[in-house]
Formats: sequence, C-alpha cells, structure tokens
Amino acid sequence: MLYREAGQFKSTYAQDQQLFPIVQDRIAVVALLLVAFIVVPLAGDQYWLSAIITPFLVLSLAALGLNILTGYAGQLSLGAAAFMAIGAFMAYNAVLRIPGIPILAAFALGGLCAAAVGLVFGLPSLRIKGLYLAVATLACQFFVLWAINRIGWFSNYSSSGVITAQRMDILGYAIDTPATKYLLTLLVVAVMALAAKNLMRSETGRAFMAVRDMDVAASVIGIPMMKTKLLAFAISSFYCGVAGALYAYCYLGTVEPEAFTLDLSFRVLFMIIIGGVGSILGSFLGAAFITFFPIFLNLASKWIETMLGIEMSHAVVSNSEAIIFGSLIIFFLIVEPLGLARLWQVAKEKLRLWPFPH
Amino acid sequence: MSFFIEVVAGGLLAGVMYALVALGFVLIYKASGVFNFAQGSMVFFAALTFVSLTERGWNLWLALAVTLAAMVVVGVAIERIVLRPLVNQPPITLLMATIGLTFVLEGMSQLMWGSQPHGLELGIPDVPMEWLSEKWNINISQFDLFAAGVAGVLVAVLALLFQKTRIGRALRAVADDHQAALAVGIPLQHIWAIVWAVAGFVALVAGVMWGVRNGVQYALTFVALKALPVLILGGFESILGAIVGGLIIGASEKVAEVYLGPMVGGGIESWFAYVVALLFLLVRPEGLFGEKHIDRV
Repeated sequence: MLYREAGQFKSTYAQDQQLFPIVQDRIAVVALLLVAFIVVPLAGDQYWLSAIITPFLVLSLAALGLNILTGYAGQLSLGAAAFMAIGAFMAYNAVLRIPGIPILAAFALGGLCAAAVGLVFGLPSLRIKGLYLAVATLACQFFVLWAINRIGWFSNYSSSGVITAQRMDILGYAIDTPATKYLLTLLVVAVMALAAKNLMRSETGRAFMAVRDMDVAASVIGIPMMKTKLLAFAISSFYCGVAGALYAYCYLGTVEPEAFTLDLSFRVLFMIIIGGVGSILGSFLGAAFITFFPIFLNLASKWIETMLGIEMSHAVVSNSEAIIFGSLIIFFLIVEPLGLARLWQVAKEKLRLWPFPH
Repeated sequence: MSFFIEVVAGGLLAGVMYALVALGFVLIYKASGVFNFAQGSMVFFAALTFVSLTERGWNLWLALAVTLAAMVVVGVAIERIVLRPLVNQPPITLLMATIGLTFVLEGMSQLMWGSQPHGLELGIPDVPMEWLSEKWNINISQFDLFAAGVAGVLVAVLALLFQKTRIGRALRAVADDHQAALAVGIPLQHIWAIVWAVAGFVALVAGVMWGVRNGVQYALTFVALKALPVLILGGFESILGAIVGGLIIGASEKVAEVYLGPMVGGGIESWFAYVVALLFLLVRPEGLFGEKHIDRV
C-alpha cells in the first residue's frame, strides 16, 4: 500500500532516466545513506565497526568489481584477490615513495596499477573463452602472489614480506579510529558504487552485456571486442585494487601477501553468486551474507552447546560450519540461481500489489 | 646429460600423477558438461577414508573395496542431490555448486576421520631403481614407475569401458548430445550416476598414489589446482589430452624448476604450469585435444 508508483508522473526525460524513479525508493536510499553515515558510526561499537562492518563494505567493493567483469561482461575470473593484493601493496608503495601524496590518490594509484595488470591478464580473454579462461585467470592469482612474495621492492624489503599500513590523514584530519576508517571506507564505496551503477547503464555497460550474452553477435553488430573486454578487465581490476587498498589500510593494518590467497578470490566469487550475478545491489547483499553468515553460525553453535549442555571441540565446529556453508551455497544455487538480488526484486514486485493478490 | 634425462624423466612421471587427477575431471566434464571443482576434495576424501580404514587394521583389499563403495555412494548422492536439480543451468552455476561441494566433502571427511595427517604405505619403496642408477647414473624412483604403470592400466580400462561396452557407448552418446541421447532412450540420470561413480574410483586411485607420495593430509585437496593447467592444456573433453597434458606440464615444470628457478629465486612451480598451459591455449584455445568450438550467431 505504501510502495506504489501510482500518481508519480514523469514529464521530462531526466525524470524518466533517473536512477531511482520511484519516490519511495529515493526516500529509502537517502534514509539508508543517512543511517550509514551518521547513525552507524555514532551508535556502533568499536568491535563491530572495525571487525565486521568495515570488511563487509570493503568486500562489497571487491565483489562489485568482480561483478562488473563476471556479471556484466561475462568473463569468469578466479583472480580477484590478486588484484586486491596489487592494490594494497601498490598503495603502500605510493605512500612510501611519493612524499606528501594524499591517501585517496594513493588508493587510486593502487587501483590503477591493478587495472594495468588486469589489462595484461585480460589479453588471453580475446582468444580463450569460458571455463578455459577461468582457469587461465588462476595464472594471474598465483603469479601475482608469487611476485609480491619474491620481489622485495613490493614490501620495501621487509624480511617477513609483511607491510604495515602507514598512518592516514585527510586534510590534516587523522583517520585512526574505527569510526573514521569506517567513514572513509563508506565514502569510497558509496561513490564507486554510484559510478558503477551509472557506468552499467551507459553505452559501455550495454556493450559489456552484449559481449556477455553472445560475443560473436556483439562483434557482428559493431561492438569492438578488444576494447570492450579489456575495458571490463581494467575497470574490474581497478575496483578490486581500490578494495584491496582499503582492505589493507582500513581493515587489516598489517598485511601479508597470504591475506590474498585463492580462498579470498573464491569468497568474492561466492558473494556475487549468492548476491546476484550482474547486479550492483547483489554485490552488497552477497558480501553481507558471506560476512555475517559465519558469525551467525558461530553464535548458533554456541547456542546449541548451551542448549544441549555439551562441549563441541573446535574441529567439529569448524568442520560442521564448512559443511553447512557448502550445503547452503548449493541450496541457494538450486533454489534461486539468480541470487538474493532476484529475491529482493520479487519482494518489491509483490509489495507493489500488496495487500491485493493481483 | 644424464642429469637432464633424470630431470625430464622425473618430470614425466610427476606428470603422470597430475594426469591421474585430471582424468577424473575429464570423465565428468565429458559426460555431463560439469566442471567438477570438487575432484580434489574427492581425492582427499577417498585417500583419507582408505588410510583410516587400513590404520584400523583392515585388510588392504577390503579397505579398498569399502572405500570404492563409499565413493560410489558419494557419486550417486551428488548426482541425486546436487546435479539433478541443476539441469540446464549455465556452466558457471554448476561450477559454483561443485565449489560448494568442496566445502561439504572436506568438512565431512575431516569430521569423520579427523584432520591429522597420515602416512600411507603400499609396500612399494619410494627409492631409486638400482640398475638404472648404476648403469647410467639416472635416479628414477621405483614408486614413480609403479604409479605410471597404474595410470597406464587405468587409462586402458577406461578406454575399454568407453569403446567396447554398452555403458561406454551410452556415455559417449550422452557426452555428444544430452537431448539426442535422451531421445533414443538412454537414461541420462543413470549414466550420470555411473560417471560420478567412475570418477570416484579414479579419485580413489589418484588419492592413494598421491597419499603414498605426500602423505594423506589436507594439502591433498590442492592437488586439484595442479591438475587444472593439465586440463586446459589437454582439453576438457579428452582422456588422451589429460595424459599428454600431464606429461607436458610435468616435464616442463621440472625442467623449469631446475634450470629457470634459481635465476628468479625459486618457487615458480606455483604458477609455471599455468603459464605453459596459457601459451598452448593462445595457439589452440580449446586445448590440444579439446573439441573445436564453432561460434554461430
């Protein structure tokens, strides 16, 4: 009853094309942003902000990046974590070696370096397709981690290969508490999500989708294959690179190359599968699910322990968690292959008619 | 020179071990178009079950039979619970489902048998062949040769199964065209269950071989990552490709490790195989023996 577009007339093209054409949607988005920017940093306690919500936002950004490549441009990639690693280590080097560089510029530089590497590893996509390409992207994952581990320059010749993120400040204002780090992350993520949303409904985004749906047909109607595919790799890697820099600076603090293993790549891939392939919102929903679900499982196992009065060993708990996690992924794929974003869409459609059935 | 031969031979024999794992992938991909990422954890599950049974004092052959039965049950269950509801989904969805399956299988095997590493002995010593090292000064492990023999027998059995039996013909028909196979009355579900069971058997063989070599531990699941470059090099659909790919990857990896590794600081085996495979793919995008893919609008 509340969520209805009756009476909302569009009289200009600008109105017709706006991101959220329904007033209720706009109100909801503004309210969400207000909550995220004002209420959460004030009300959230330190642990939640630094250990749960910030990584959630960072991983959403990485998922968004992968979604641009896999969901929109249709190129399956298993190397997202490698690009995050490049972003993290190059941002570190930018701050280290360029005196007085603003931190956001360092993040952007990290992202650009990741984009450059993405371009190189995107080249095989012009010739190799589908699952062969997915396996080929693993080359990127292993090679980049190996290079960062072996070449001392990346970690400023630290003996353990571990880097410590430098102090950040923006315009003289120190970013050192969980709340300020959260706000910085949120700002970057919000701006980049908006950019992605707009990019995906531009000519570039439509070219991506055409390539995804059928690349031969796309090239027949005049979409330049090389430019489109490489652009998809570059943009996606840029997003992942910035996410990696945020991961290092706003979440981890001390970073070792092992933080960016294949496991992380898979987690990011799970996020877009569960959230929804080819959906901006889906990236966030998926990241939220993958971040919060293990916490929920942990709580649930403690609850069961106290309920039944038994003590479960750590191994049993972690193994059952793996089993439940895996089964849930399979369950999701069977029940809703299009992900949480699709469920949200269905809910909105239902809500429009509620309380009437038709 | 003899050192070079030793390196190449060692690499070729290591390649056979990769090919053993890659075979399981190929079987399932051929028959159902599923890229089964869980093959690595199936290898782990099989090896862990087998070694745990033998450690409980079971007879070797009995343990082997029981593990094989368990693998068949797992294969059939996977077909029932996971794949049947996912018929007609895009390949990426199926791939994701098998990645989910990886978690389940790994969790299950460690829940059942614990996560401590085990050693595995088959009674074939992992020592160099004496007469070879005496005569030509080449060290080749006896066990490696045994593994190569097992792989050879396995491939021969699979080839017989595929070429000469009724089930094999049905398998090839399903691999060619699901719908046409259904139309002529081949029960697709049975065929898939059989393929998964056979893949489970291959996983068992690979698991035992790798278990003897490296011990049965969680790291066994990473064996799958070693098999992937073999797979794309040889082509997803070809059993021959898995063998040839394994040999190429194994030999080039060993040679590179010995001659190129010291130049760049070592540790290149994590990615070198992928680069070799990529180079081959740039020339033949479907792998050496993969089916040529023709795009039509």
